[in-house]
This record gives sequence, C-alpha cells and structure tokens, in this order.
Amino acid sequence: MTFEQTLEQHKLALVRSATTTLQVNVGRLCNLACRHCHLEAGPHRDELMDAETVEEVIACAERLDFATIDITGGAPELLPHLPRLISGLRPHTPRLLIRTNLTALAGNKSEQLINLYRDNKLTIVASLPSINSAQTEAQRGNGVWESAIATLKLLNEAGFGVEGSGLKLDIAANPSGAFLPASQAETEQRFRRELERRYGISFSSLFSFVNVPLGRFHRWLESSGNLPDYLKNLKTRFNPCSVQGLMCRSTLSVDWQGYLYDCDFNQAVGLHHSGTAHHISQLQQLPQPGVRIPTQDHCFACTAGAGFTCTGSIDA
Amino acid sequence: METYYNPADLNRFPEIGKDAPQLAAKFFDYYGAVFAEGALSEREKALIALAVAHAVQCPYCIDAYTRSCLEKGSNLEEMTEAVHVTNAIRGGASLVHGMQMRNIAEKISM
Repeated sequence: MTFEQTLEQHKLALVRSATTTLQVNVGRLCNLACRHCHLEAGPHRDELMDAETVEEVIACAERLDFATIDITGGAPELLPHLPRLISGLRPHTPRLLIRTNLTALAGNKSEQLINLYRDNKLTIVASLPSINSAQTEAQRGNGVWESAIATLKLLNEAGFGVEGSGLKLDIAANPSGAFLPASQAETEQRFRRELERRYGISFSSLFSFVNVPLGRFHRWLESSGNLPDYLKNLKTRFNPCSVQGLMCRSTLSVDWQGYLYDCDFNQAVGLHHSGTAHHISQLQQLPQPGVRIPTQDHCFACTAGAGFTCTGSIDA
Repeated sequence: METYYNPADLNRFPEIGKDAPQLAAKFFDYYGAVFAEGALSEREKALIALAVAHAVQCPYCIDAYTRSCLEKGSNLEEMTEAVHVTNAIRGGASLVHGMQMRNIAEKISM
C-alpha cells in the first residue's frame, strides 16, 4: 500500500497548514559523506547557492513573515556567502537556526564562524547520532567523533548550550543503522548525562530523527539487504496521529537554486511545492492552508511511531 | 538448506495462539506488561532480555532483542557488555559447582 493509499485508508489528507518556517538548503557540498544522507551531500558535490539566490532568499524573508528560518545543507559553513546570508536574514525573523555537522565548524575558520553565530544569536542544531564513538563514526566517517566533541566544547565556551546564556545549542540524533530512534526524552536524558559526565559538555535540547530511505541511505539499505525490512517497519509503524504535526505542513524548503519544496526530503527527489517548479523570487505570499502536499513512499519515515517535525518528534 | 530455525517464524509467533487462544492471550498480555516501562526503563529491560536470550541461546530472542536494544538507544558497547554478563554468570555457575567436586573429592580422599 502506498503512502497516499494509507492516508486515504485513515481518511486523512496531507495538506498545508499556516506556513511559519523557511528552510534554506544552501547546497550539496559537505566535508562529510554520511551514510544516512538523503541528499548524498559530500566533498565531491559542487552545488552551492550563488550570491544572487542568497539575495533572493533574503528579499523573500523581508517581504514575508517567517517565525523561523532554518539554514541547512550540505555543510552551510562551506558556503562563501554564509556571512551575508546570516546578516541579511537576521533582522527578518525572530528565530534563526543553523545546522552543523560540527566537523565543518572545526578548523581555521572555527573562531570566525562561532563569533558570527554568537553575534547574530543563532540557534545551532548540531548532528550527533550517538554517545558512542563507533556508532557515530560508522554513520559519519572516521575521525568525526573527536572533532565533534572538540567543537561542542568550543561552542560551550562561546556560551552555546550553556544555561542562562540565551544561546541555544540543540542536538539532532539519527539512528546509526536500519532501525528507528529511541524515545526522544530518554535519549536526551542519556546524552545529557553522558556528555556532561565524560566531557563536561552541555546542550539545550535533543531531537531524534528517523533516517529517510532516500539517497545514500537508500543505497546502503539496498546493498546491506535491509531495505525490505526497513520499509516494512516504517509502514507497520504508521501513526495517523503524527500527520497533523508533520513539518512539511508548516515549512517551505528552498534549494540552492531557489526552487521551492514542502520539505528537504521532497527536495531530494525533486517533488516541488504545489507540484510545479516555483522560484523563491516569485513568491509574493505564503502558501494558503489546505494546499495539497505531494507525497511519495519516503513519507512513511515521517509518520512512523512518534512522527517527525522540523524540531523533532511529537507525542503520538 | 532447510533448518529447524527459520527467521520468518519469529513474526509468526502469535500463531502459537492457535488451538490454545486463551493461554496465548494470557501469555502475550503478561509479556507486554513485563516489557513496559516500570521501575526499570524499556531500554534496561531490553538489555536484560538480550543477556537472557544468550543464556538460553534462543536465536529468535537474540534477533528480536538485538533490534530492540538498538531501537531503544543502546549501543554495541553496552550490548557486548550485557553478553559478557551472560558469559560471566554461565561460566561462574559452572565453576562454582567445582565446590561440589571439591567437597566430594575431599570427603572420599585420604
């Protein structure tokens, strides 16, 4: 049964609600090539948002009202126009988020970038799949653990994730394999306890995400013989209560070329917002609630168990 | 090659209720209650189950509780330690019976 058929069976339809979030994907270039990456980002990719599109994104944020703007990639740190993107967006939204794989924030530009994030009061969402180094490196590559821990310490030193500083550092955790994430609350508790105990690291909140069977993760599922069971597991755990809180209902996702989607996963498979290619420069008003969201079977990843929102799982 | 153990049989476990549905219902209700969050977390219970699965050497249980442990957030380091607990208890249980051997040997020896 397809995702659409499953929705119909539960007398549900996936339609937009009020749009509150703009997610800006600046491109596929990344210093890592994680095995779960639905966009197949990596060092060999050269798709990056150009200066003109950066200005078009900023202009859109100026004319429309977004409660949250979320900068993602690839590795946003590798975008040469990142300082302009951040300073241009900052006045136009109360909440500006930036995603990081932590390792791209290490190195000689580290201090400069962290200062940029601090001066603009960005919320940092850092990827860390596990408190176990082997699991982390199995997903993200050799050497990632030490670099990620060192960057988390630097972020804490700058005030991110430290209570009372007003600077948020959230952790995004994806399972390192063909299984669903553990309870978000319990995972947060364990990460908090272990990162503090072992490294003296603190953070604000943790969000658990399901791995979406697209891109490099799909290929790994296929080559490891896990694909049929994983897809079956996602379908079996379809939770109709999750549909109402799905991130695609309130998010507009823009790609490195300026084209619009309902989420980063639809972006990965070229499923445009409202079914046709619209450019952000042409967007004069926010999408109307009720507009249908195009789906494919990868959407089962967002409705399995507790569900998937732009800020983590929701209660079933 | 046909074997006594078929991985597909794990998902067919509920069929054990055929011909004795009331007993199966009681068992599965109890089973569900045992693994629910209580004084121990679901993650801790899954780790105990994994250790016991190795003690009873049940391939179905090892399959099920390896997956369950990962889904509940345990990692291979913790799961491997759990299996060492199995091993320590099994090995220790053999070794401590050596006391019986010693007692008997001492009793009948000069």
